[in-house]
Amino acid sequence: MIIGKVVGEIYSTINHPFYNGKKLLVIDKLNPSNNRPIDYIIAVDSVDAGVGETVLVVDEGNSARQVVNDNSAPIRSIVVGIIDEIDLWRVQIAGKSRKTGVEEFLKYIKYR
Amino acid sequence: MLLGKVIGTVVPCVRYTGLEGVKFLIIQPLDKNRKPNGEPLVAADAVAMAGVGEIIYYEGGREAALALDPWFVPVDHTIIGIVDGVHLSSEVKD
Repeated sequence: MIIGKVVGEIYSTINHPFYNGKKLLVIDKLNPSNNRPIDYIIAVDSVDAGVGETVLVVDEGNSARQVVNDNSAPIRSIVVGIIDEIDLWRVQIAGKSRKTGVEEFLKYIKYR
Repeated sequence: MLLGKVIGTVVPCVRYTGLEGVKFLIIQPLDKNRKPNGEPLVAADAVAMAGVGEIIYYEGGREAALALDPWFVPVDHTIIGIVDGVHLSSEVKD
């Protein structure tokens, strides 16, 4: 799953029949270490997420089709949650406690 | 799904069974600000209404073929819809 931030919406009238009435969101994929966008993705909304919210996105077809309950839906990315808080591992580096990302954490445990 | 711009058409003379009547278009993938991003690719057109110059959104992978009828066809990118507008929040425009 992907942590992302909703940055916009897409409007479309001519689309595949499955997408009629579905809200499409433009979502920045975030790096959890520094909250910087890596890339973007367009996903269907299933939890009424709005612009500015941090969300959880599933980018896998079978899971997405399970959420919409349709075995033949041409869908891969779907928003399945709105994130309140992310807590990354805190480690002690040079006497200072600081939040680290996954890469720093892996480096840290390798070093130990 | 990602945004793309239709930049051309492809007309195959021989097609795999099940792909008769399917339109193929060349699309240039775009970033969220609609600037070109990456190499152009060929996609099947599930809406059958996209034309050169239009901004579309497309799906890749297994799901691409599911948008077509019949769905069990060898296709890896499909145009799912034509974009009327992209509304980005003002803070992310750069």
